[in-house]
This record gives sequence, structure tokens and C-alpha cells, in this order.
Amino acid sequence: MTNTLHRYGLAQSFRDDYIIFAIPSKGKNDEGCIPKLKQFLRICIKHNPSNIGNGNRGMLVPEKNLGPAAHWKRDCTPDWEAVIEGINKPGTVAAVFTSEESASACFKEVVEADFGISVNISTSVENAKRVGENCGIKRHSVEYALALRDPHDHLPNSQILGLSTMCGHGMVSFNMAKKMLDMVREGRRTPEQAVATLVRLCPCGIYNPERATRLLEEARKEQR
Amino acid sequence: MIINQKKCVACGNCVPVCPMGAIYVDTFTKRAQIYDDACVECGTCFRGMSTENLNPVLVRTIRRIAKWLQFRFEPEPDVCPTSAFEMNDLEMPRLIRQIFSDPVVEHTSTGIKGRGTEEVKTNDVSLRVDTGEVGYTIEFGRPGVGVRFSEIQEMTRTLARNGVTFEKNNPITHLMTDVTTGDLRSDILNEKILSAIVEIKTQINEVENVLKTVNDVNQNIDTVIAIGISTRCNGEGEDTSLAPLLDELGHTYNRAKTNMGLGRITNKIEVSGSK
Repeated sequence: MTNTLHRYGLAQSFRDDYIIFAIPSKGKNDEGCIPKLKQFLRICIKHNPSNIGNGNRGMLVPEKNLGPAAHWKRDCTPDWEAVIEGINKPGTVAAVFTSEESASACFKEVVEADFGISVNISTSVENAKRVGENCGIKRHSVEYALALRDPHDHLPNSQILGLSTMCGHGMVSFNMAKKMLDMVREGRRTPEQAVATLVRLCPCGIYNPERATRLLEEARKEQR
Repeated sequence: MIINQKKCVACGNCVPVCPMGAIYVDTFTKRAQIYDDACVECGTCFRGMSTENLNPVLVRTIRRIAKWLQFRFEPEPDVCPTSAFEMNDLEMPRLIRQIFSDPVVEHTSTGIKGRGTEEVKTNDVSLRVDTGEVGYTIEFGRPGVGVRFSEIQEMTRTLARNGVTFEKNNPITHLMTDVTTGDLRSDILNEKILSAIVEIKTQINEVENVLKTVNDVNQNIDTVIAIGISTRCNGEGEDTSLAPLLDELGHTYNRAKTNMGLGRITNKIEVSGSK
């Protein structure tokens, strides 16, 4: 899946967006990989990630059977352990970091753990290269995201795209991103409250809450 | 997907949640409805929204009073107050919508999970894209637009005429009736999905032609396309072939997925060709 590749923004916009993910290869190194994937995420949570995910859930999930009081007090406490314990079959697990320092520190420990599973970093080309260099690791392969092709003018403005494309499966709709943007601009929600709503819609746990908060703060001051 | 009309209170919270804009509030019935042809069965409304189990009659009464008083209640925007969404059993060809659009559903028809394959994310163990080769992920419909299989077929047919190699384990390749022509199954051509990925591989000297072909076909199909293009780095961890070529051709690439080369084969019996 190209779940994290096509996030919208200039390279500079990914200064607080580093996704490190581990992925076993079917038939090559997937035997006995579940404890390794769990250990990978345990290493990640030591380095203060912004979010983690196991492909089926992230740190915040939709809550079922809420009581009416939820409208005044939603629980936004990250549940790292539920993500880790939720790994029950081989698949991609990921952690989102917001600085080169934390991403490098985490990656260094992952290298030392030597799981034998493929590890990728999704961010700007230069960011990933620097994280590798910080840990003495040379890149094996690279997949570049070319600019979106939209000859029929379907896409909304860059602010909405920035928020929406952080869920690579498209579960954060343009309309929802715009609604949150408008609610923040109108003072009806704080950026943090709006972001918690968006994070819950991304089932893989790769949405970056801190980058989304920054984008909302920037958008609040700049109309398009 | 179904909205239980006995439960729906027409609060409208679900309308912006839908990635395809397929939900609307019918002002005559005063209930939310789903435009079936636009719905791609991604499950965002059912799975992504939090829910309450309030009494629909009570909620409607309160809403009527609040409306009369012109009060504006600020509910949580991702909550369905009466748990009105229900998933129905789907059969082919409509099932294909859910398989391609819902990220937590496995590809039961193709036996593969996800819209694509491991691509170059496991290239350090699979060597799918070797030195001098280029892998492409041509993604249709995302973000937020969707695509019909008939539109994907326009691309696969054109690419097939250009002699590209389709990735054999890709879900779209599995739906081809003939990989030499790029023809897809006829029963699914009118089905709409949130997104799909066609994966191909060529030699590096074909990059310009492939990218031009994709752009040309995109002019005739009513969707967006996102291209990922990959290669293997040299022993120093540098890409001295593809990135310079993309620069020369005038393509911008602000983001990348970088395989850091930590993987190795550890299974006792390796399954060859697995991805």
C-alpha cells in the first residue's frame, strides 16, 4: 500500500513528519515475526511517538456506545498497549515521529535490535537520508512520490489536502478536513480537539496529530 | 451500507465523514440517505464514527424544539447519536467495492490484503526492483475522488500495448482476464472504488515514455492519479540514476519511502516469488 507516500506538502512541510515502519515479507521473513513486530513498537514508544499503528488501529479509535456526557469530555488518552497487543498476524506496523532527533534515536535502537525485517522511513527524501546517516545506515531502495495528477480539477486547496492525505487510505474526507478547519477558524473547536476527531477516522494509526495541529494553526491565520 | 431509517435522526454528522460525499439528508423524509452508486463501501461511516445509543424519538423531539428556538447544539462531529449505520452482506460485483475501498477488509476475492503489494518496502529481501530497473505504483482515485474499473482498464490496456510488465501479485492484475491486453473482468467495469493501484516495472530508459503515457491517459479518465516511482540505490546508498532522470524530466518529488536495508530472509523454507 502507498499509505504514507502521497502526503501533500513541500519537503519542508515534512520537518515534523517521520514515519518509521516495519514490514515482514510474505514467504521470506514472516515466520515468527509477530513478537518482533511487537518489540519494534515497544522500542518506538520509548522515543515519544506522535502516533503508532498496527494496520487495524492507532492510538485513538472510534468509541462505541458513548454516553451523552461524551460531548463535553471525550477521552483522548493514547492507548499504546492496545495497539501493540492488537498485532495478531504479519503486517505493517508503524510509528510517527515529529523530529529528526526522536526518529534517529528510535531508528538507531531498531538497527541494534536486528529484527531481520524490512524497515522503511517515510518522510522527505533528505530527512530519511539524514536519519540513516545519523545511524550509519545506507539506503537500499527509494520510492519517490511524484506530484498528484489532477487534470480534471477534482482536488481542494492545499490546506485541506494537507490534512486529508495524512490518512493514506482516504478515510479522512475532504469535507471532514474542511469542517474541522472551519470549526477551528470559527473558534468552535481547538486545533487539538479537531485533530482528535481526524485521528480517530484513520484506522491504520499513521495520522500525524502534531503535524495536523500545526497545519490547522497555520490555516487559522491564513485564508485560502 | 445501510442507514437504519427508524434510527436516523438526520443530525447530518455523517454527511462530511463520507470520503465520497455519498451521504445526504433527504429534506422530505428527514432522514440521511446513501446514494448507492457513489458509495464505495469503504466503511468509514460505520467503522470510523463513534456511536451513542440514544432513543431516536427523544432525539428528534429535542432537535425539533432546539430548531424552533434556533438553538445551536455543538455535538461531537464524529458521533452517530443513534448507531444508525448497519453493514449489509455484499455480493459480487458490488463486493469488489468494499474489497478495494475498506482498508481493514482483506482481499478475499484475490487472496491478497491491501490495494497493492509490498512494492519496494521489502525490496531488501525480495529484490523485486533491481539495479537499472524502475518500479511504478500508479494509484487511481485517491485522494478523495474514487475511480471506476472501466477507467483503470483504459490505463492497463494502454500500458499493455506499451509492453510493460504488470506485477503478478497485485490485486488489479488478478482481475485481468488477459495480462497481455490489460483487459479486466467485464462484470466489475462499472463498479466504483475509493482507490486502486496498478504496479508495473520497466527498465530505466523507459521512464519518460511510461510517465508520458500515464499523463496522456489521465487526460481521458475522470479521476486523479498519484504515481510512486522506485529504484534500488547503489552500494553507497545513493540513487545516481532515477532521481537525476526525474530532475532532468522536470518532475518534482517532495516525499519518499526509503527502504533502509535491514531485512533479510529468515524463514526456514523460503517461498520463492512471494510478495
